[in-house]
Amino acid sequence: MATVRLSDVRKSFGSVETIKGVDIEIGDGEFVVFVGPSGCGKSTLLRMIAGLEDITSGTVEIDGQVVNDIEPKDRGIAMVFQTYAIFPHMTVRENVAFGLTIKGAPKEEKERRVAEAARILQMEHLLDRRPSELSGGQRQRVAIGRAIVRDPKVFLFDEPLSNLDAALRMDMRMEIGKLHQSLKASMIYVTHDQVEAMTLADRIVVLKDGKVMQAGPPMDLYHEPANLFVAGFLGAPSMNFIPVNVDGVDGDHVTISSPSVDRMTVRGRGREFTVGQTATLGVRPQYIRAAAGTDGMLHGHVELTERLGSETVVDVALPTGGKIIAALPEDRILAHGSEASFEFDPSQAHLFPEVER
Amino acid sequence: MALVTKENAGLRLVTRYAVLTLVALVFAFPLVFMIISSLKPDQQLLQDTSSLRAFLPVGDISLDNYRAAFDRAPIGRFMLNSIFVTIVTVSMSVAICSLAAFAFVYMKWSGRDAALSIVLATLIIPFETIAVPLLLMVSRLPWIGVEGVEWGWLNTYRVQIVPWIVDALTVFLFVQYFKDLPRELIEAARAEGASWFQVYRRVVMPLSGPVLATAVILKSLKMYNEQYLWPLIVVQDEAHRPIMVGLGYFFQLNVAWGELMAYLTLISVPVLVFYLILQRAFIASIASTGVKG
Ligand SMILES: Nc1ncnc2c1ncn2[C@@H]1O[C@H](COP(=O)(O)OP(=O)(O)O)[C@@H](O)[C@H]1O
Ligand SMILES: [Mg+2]
Repeated sequence: MATVRLSDVRKSFGSVETIKGVDIEIGDGEFVVFVGPSGCGKSTLLRMIAGLEDITSGTVEIDGQVVNDIEPKDRGIAMVFQTYAIFPHMTVRENVAFGLTIKGAPKEEKERRVAEAARILQMEHLLDRRPSELSGGQRQRVAIGRAIVRDPKVFLFDEPLSNLDAALRMDMRMEIGKLHQSLKASMIYVTHDQVEAMTLADRIVVLKDGKVMQAGPPMDLYHEPANLFVAGFLGAPSMNFIPVNVDGVDGDHVTISSPSVDRMTVRGRGREFTVGQTATLGVRPQYIRAAAGTDGMLHGHVELTERLGSETVVDVALPTGGKIIAALPEDRILAHGSEASFEFDPSQAHLFPEVER
Repeated sequence: MALVTKENAGLRLVTRYAVLTLVALVFAFPLVFMIISSLKPDQQLLQDTSSLRAFLPVGDISLDNYRAAFDRAPIGRFMLNSIFVTIVTVSMSVAICSLAAFAFVYMKWSGRDAALSIVLATLIIPFETIAVPLLLMVSRLPWIGVEGVEWGWLNTYRVQIVPWIVDALTVFLFVQYFKDLPRELIEAARAEGASWFQVYRRVVMPLSGPVLATAVILKSLKMYNEQYLWPLIVVQDEAHRPIMVGLGYFFQLNVAWGELMAYLTLISVPVLVFYLILQRAFIASIASTGVKG
């Protein structure tokens, strides 16, 4: 149980700055997910919290204590790696007990806690096996078991599910969620998978190029993305972006137009716009509906329909060359190449002053 | 187009065995010659060298050379000396060189890369060039013995051991091996609360079987088989003399060939035993590191 605070943390490898000033606070018992594309610095950040990478500048505090110069072993953390990193020369039991053995814990305590961890992770039958006799999922269980026996202040996970196949990944994801509920420990979880982030996190930190793009509860980020990057990164299929012109600004009401969408007024959500500028309109595929006839505000040719039963995903080519995706909440048949018209509630649309790429 | 028929395959097998047998014989001939010759009187031994009889136990066969060799030199003492020096040097060498390699590969400290370069650069310095400075040094070094401080290390075991403990090749072997161990294992151990020394002892060394075998084998053979020049300079008394210096006992005014062969046969026995014990590790280590002694 602990809090973690990062203040203006920076990291350079040689002359290349990888982490460019990160401030994050993690509350006691909170499950925080760092998410971002590959190479954005998630692992580096996590490794700095663990003490495996030194901190170029800024401070990392655990439970109010600055730990910049404290060895990993004295930080009270436990880490689970993408490659499991379980010791090949030890049995599962020895692996799980490793941290306790290192500490010189008494034999009875070791046995009791290993048994407890094995029960929680349902791997009692694996305890006497060697790592080479385990599947990927079982290995990751061992790695998690090794982390929980020590009762650390903070759990650190670095893409723990990336090496597992899709079905197993979902099971393990749920187990990690349950684990957090039962242990109530602070956990920091790194992933590039937005589904893992959305489902597990109390709070998500979206990173890009070593900077925090936005931090907050998953639904806040989903409904109120602070910028184009976060809007496009969270949610599947990704939010549609349509370039538009700003025709009028009246307080928070912004009137926009474009060859692809009918003129309309959307909320500015506190962002600044000036008349005449170009902007990006964002609409989630789930908020787009099929319109009767040509009454809609978006028109185009149907390029592809994917019928998933409860949902139909439609790729629509806009006359201006762009493309949007609509996720219709019913089974629909739309002929390839046919003209179609769509609508959405402008209050659910987002307007960003940036232009994509 | 090659036709692979049964006869073809059979022929290939025969050829392969023939070649292997030939190679084995080439390597075995000197050994057979040594052992056979150790059983013959000098005159017959020299005569036989001109024919294949050199490899056959024929004529006047006896163990007389062995008896005479034991009379000529304290063979048991020399062998014990060599074995003792080898065991102590090799154990200290793998312990210290692997610790050094650990610090070079896993720990971060300023000057690390430069220090490693300097250590590796010593690979190219032949021992002969430092023998004299080293002699001057060891002749004046202090040692705390039972009777207080003594000066000078000549005529001791330690003078045969200490200068040989650390060598660049052994450090290099461990450095290369450690670099290839998965980094996450070391990081996981550290995150689990292990100190650097615990990482070394509980994770890195238990995974270092192949490189340990290589280092032990190379170093043992060097210490047992090749210690000649240095002990010749620094050890004058028989009590600490190693086997290779003992060879000189058989090259007096006349070379006692038969006794020499008996001596060589005797001192080969520990190597043979060592090899038989470590045979599997030996083959595995050559296969995995590509280094041959
Ligand atoms: N030890 C290192 N030396 C040099 N560059 C590194 C090192 N570790 C990471 N980097 C660089 O830092 C950036 C962020 O890496 P990382 O934190 O692993 O990203 P992520 O985990 O988000 O995929 C990458 O561009 C990577 O190449
Ligand atoms: Mg990573």
